[in-house]
Amino acid sequence: MPEKRIGHIIKINGNMVVAQIDSLIIQNEVAYIIHGAGRLKAEVIRVRMNNAEMQVYENTSGLKVGEEVEFTGELLSVELGPGLLGQIFDGLQNPLPLLAKKCGFFLKRGIYIDALRNEDEWDFSPLVKPGDKVLAGVKLGFVPEKIFKHYIMAPFNLKGSLEVLSVARAGKYNFKQAIAQLKDSSGKIHEVFLKQSWPVKIPISAYTEKLKPSEPLVTKMRLIDSLFPVACGGTYCIPGPFGAGKTVLQQLTSRHAEVDIVIIAACGERAGEVVETLKTFPDIIDPKTNKPLVDRTVIICNTSSMPVAARESSVYTAVTIAEYYRQMGLSVLLLADSTSRWAQAMREMSGRLEEIPGEEAFPAYLESRIASFYERAGVVRLHDGATGSVTIGGAISPAGGNFEEPVTQATLKVVGAFHGLSRERSDARRYPAIDPLLSWSKYKGFINEKQAEAGHYILHRSNEVFQMMKVIGEEGTSLKDYIDYLKGEFFDSVYLQQNAFDAVDEATSSERQAYVFNFIYNILELDFNLEDKEKALHFFQQLGQLMRTWNSYRFRTEEFKRLEEEIALLLEEKKVRGKVNA
Amino acid sequence: MHKVYTNIIQIAGDVITVEAEGIGYMEIAEISTRRGMSLAQVIRIDGKKISLQVFAGSRGISTGDRVRFLGHLMRISCGDDLLGRIFNGSGVPLDRGPGLSDNLIDIGGPAVNPVKRIIPNKMIRTGIPMIDVFNSLVESQKLPIFSIAGEPYNELLARIATQAEVDIIILGGMGLKYDDYLFFRDTLKEQGAISRCVFFIHTAADPVVECLLVPDISLAVAEDFALKGKRVLVLLTDMTNFSDALKEISITMEQVPSNRGYPGDLYSQLASRYEKAVDFDNAGSITILAVTTMPGDDVTHPVPDNTGYITEGQFYLKGGVIEPFGSLSRLKQQVNGKTRSDHRAIMDTMIQLFANYRATLEKQSMGFQMSAWDKKLLKYGKLFEDNMMSLKVNIPLEQALDLGWQILAECFSPQETGIKRSVIEQYWPKKEL
Repeated sequence: MPEKRIGHIIKINGNMVVAQIDSLIIQNEVAYIIHGAGRLKAEVIRVRMNNAEMQVYENTSGLKVGEEVEFTGELLSVELGPGLLGQIFDGLQNPLPLLAKKCGFFLKRGIYIDALRNEDEWDFSPLVKPGDKVLAGVKLGFVPEKIFKHYIMAPFNLKGSLEVLSVARAGKYNFKQAIAQLKDSSGKIHEVFLKQSWPVKIPISAYTEKLKPSEPLVTKMRLIDSLFPVACGGTYCIPGPFGAGKTVLQQLTSRHAEVDIVIIAACGERAGEVVETLKTFPDIIDPKTNKPLVDRTVIICNTSSMPVAARESSVYTAVTIAEYYRQMGLSVLLLADSTSRWAQAMREMSGRLEEIPGEEAFPAYLESRIASFYERAGVVRLHDGATGSVTIGGAISPAGGNFEEPVTQATLKVVGAFHGLSRERSDARRYPAIDPLLSWSKYKGFINEKQAEAGHYILHRSNEVFQMMKVIGEEGTSLKDYIDYLKGEFFDSVYLQQNAFDAVDEATSSERQAYVFNFIYNILELDFNLEDKEKALHFFQQLGQLMRTWNSYRFRTEEFKRLEEEIALLLEEKKVRGKVNA
Repeated sequence: MHKVYTNIIQIAGDVITVEAEGIGYMEIAEISTRRGMSLAQVIRIDGKKISLQVFAGSRGISTGDRVRFLGHLMRISCGDDLLGRIFNGSGVPLDRGPGLSDNLIDIGGPAVNPVKRIIPNKMIRTGIPMIDVFNSLVESQKLPIFSIAGEPYNELLARIATQAEVDIIILGGMGLKYDDYLFFRDTLKEQGAISRCVFFIHTAADPVVECLLVPDISLAVAEDFALKGKRVLVLLTDMTNFSDALKEISITMEQVPSNRGYPGDLYSQLASRYEKAVDFDNAGSITILAVTTMPGDDVTHPVPDNTGYITEGQFYLKGGVIEPFGSLSRLKQQVNGKTRSDHRAIMDTMIQLFANYRATLEKQSMGFQMSAWDKKLLKYGKLFEDNMMSLKVNIPLEQALDLGWQILAECFSPQETGIKRSVIEQYWPKKEL
């Protein structure tokens, strides 16, 4: 590592500061601006001659030309180790509760606190013995963290095969005590601690191979799991206009998704929403583990009024922590809300750098940045044969709710599933407001393919009839078409829509989804004995009402079964026997 | 000793560039011109070249004028002395009162640590049923009033200012017509509310740059009051003028525009102001109501669009009334469960029926026959519009809920409303009165 070098400020424009330095400059290295007693963190983002152009992660007011800048030679990194779970960090991994203790109500600039507390002690158990050969990322031992075995791994930056020289005995250790010594092929000895640091913009690649995402990730949202599934290790995006329910959707997913760990990156959004997660998660009990949800959650929060440059780093901080837990063989879900704010942060910086703008003034590298971010998702086979995954779900806030804009388009190119929210659906109070006619997924779900296809078909068919009816009126529509329309509406209202305020309806297990979907599939395939449109409408309203009540009963309880029989009876009454069509 | 410089090397728009050394970013300077003194703020430093935006505008500035740097950021006096006073966008008194220089605080201070916020839970009563009943305003909420030029949004703000149950009201006017400024002043005086108000007024005739300071000054003063435990309501009108001022400066500074000429950081600029709305853990609160006029009634225009992503809902003022559709208070669920047990039932039912009424109106206009049910809806809609929606109505929440029941009872049978039986039994008006 090069030693610290000193430069001086020559130019200030918003959060872009240029420093002149006589020695070498490293692209993306971290620098500190010395302002009075404070040190403001910055990152070099462009080098021109001996000028380092930096984005500053803090408010720059009061800075002066000539002030000292200290270049560290290190890339922007995060600390990885036990103690991350349950934490709330800002975009630079400062723990916000500790910051509040130290500074009170406001986020004072230039105050940085260690992400992991040095004085904490962890109960270490070794998994290797002296003489063993290991690779970077191999588990050397573990400490208990909340409900997980938190593996301490050989540092990810080491190369080749290493020999274990020594390993600590089981017992309590803090972050300053080495727990192992490793010798690399050149004979150099590396000490291993309970924590390691990793540059956020570089993916962790200490695994054997990357696999194709094939297992469905159960979010317990019927519309997603049944029609537009997400795979473990896959990627998906949720674009939608304001007020369509992006954040509520992400909050529900963060609560119910069947994964080991959830990382929430609140990037450039309302502070109030983070506060809600912050204050409610400690009290919500995860039914799977019987522990508060907060125990499996890490929150990275850079709300819209916090410095813009740190907004850019917050998504990288989040994905790096996600990759770290993946290395332990866990499945991790990263929810980023919203990637548009991250893209805007890039745009602001690009403008200050006076780069030639692309579409809507976004920089030309927008697409590649978005692509490389989503590419950090995936299922990997680790050195010990286990698999771990990072799934990324990004919310997008397109300007004017128009999906043609650059961020949405760039994201659509790289994700595996698209859950587009529509204003019409949210105005009609159809939640989740994911538009089934617009959305798509390339992943395979757990619903029988033929049945899922029938579901898609009836929605399209129903919409077709609906559009036709707008022109020719109800009178001009044939009864058969009208029933198709009703079937689509029925399917939408009793299955796709979910009541987030109902304790049972808000989350549906995969087992129940498969069961109910099969039940509905049979209804959709039936021909009914209905004389006229009014009777048809009445019948489907009645059926819909029963099914919605059914949704709020717990699966396989007595009342659930009783209502099922009642519905079956109603169907029996109206269905056409044999396969004759009127 | 403050340094004085006289070598202004460039004047473009309201931005001047002067050669100087040792100047801090965002620092304030005084420029003495033939027309008098003006404040200016450093917005870019490039070596010795310091660019400043001049609050009073650059007209009449000569290259030989003196620029004196004050060595500090923009500051404003705060505290109880401000109550009942009127200032312009740079904090100079407009009411012939004395200038204030005590308790100076920097404007545009740092963001609040999210962990020191609490989940909002207190309702602010306004006496306007469309707000109190249907989209309750909650302490610490940030809510824009989306409107169109010509609508009575300033009247609405003035009414909320006189009636809202808060400790202190701060009015920030941006690009305000002089008449509107007088209207606000006189209305609040008449209603006796002025003693708990502070005005920061930038009128349409004032220099553009001054407009940029209004939200920051207003919110800095509000924050100081809130930290002392006061419940503060900040009224801003009109944020579209503020955004246009941002646009003007950024174009002058040759920044690449992103969308319809607005700077790429419009979202961050708006958010850093709106996010000042807060309910402090163990102190007061700031609630923000801000008028955003939508050019051409277009909600996808960059200003309302970015605003919508930042704020917690919006009031949509159209045709002189707060539209029930399009208006939304995202925080209403936090408070309307604990006002009165029929609040949510009335809110949901009346809006649903009103939606049906709108559908019936459409049917009627197409010449379809009106059924008995349709006629009931028409009667209901009319009553709702006259007695609930009209901004003339001024009644407390409880009375508004009672009125709701009366309107329902006048038009429908209890079953037709679909309200739960237990609520009906408790609240449905008895026939004999």
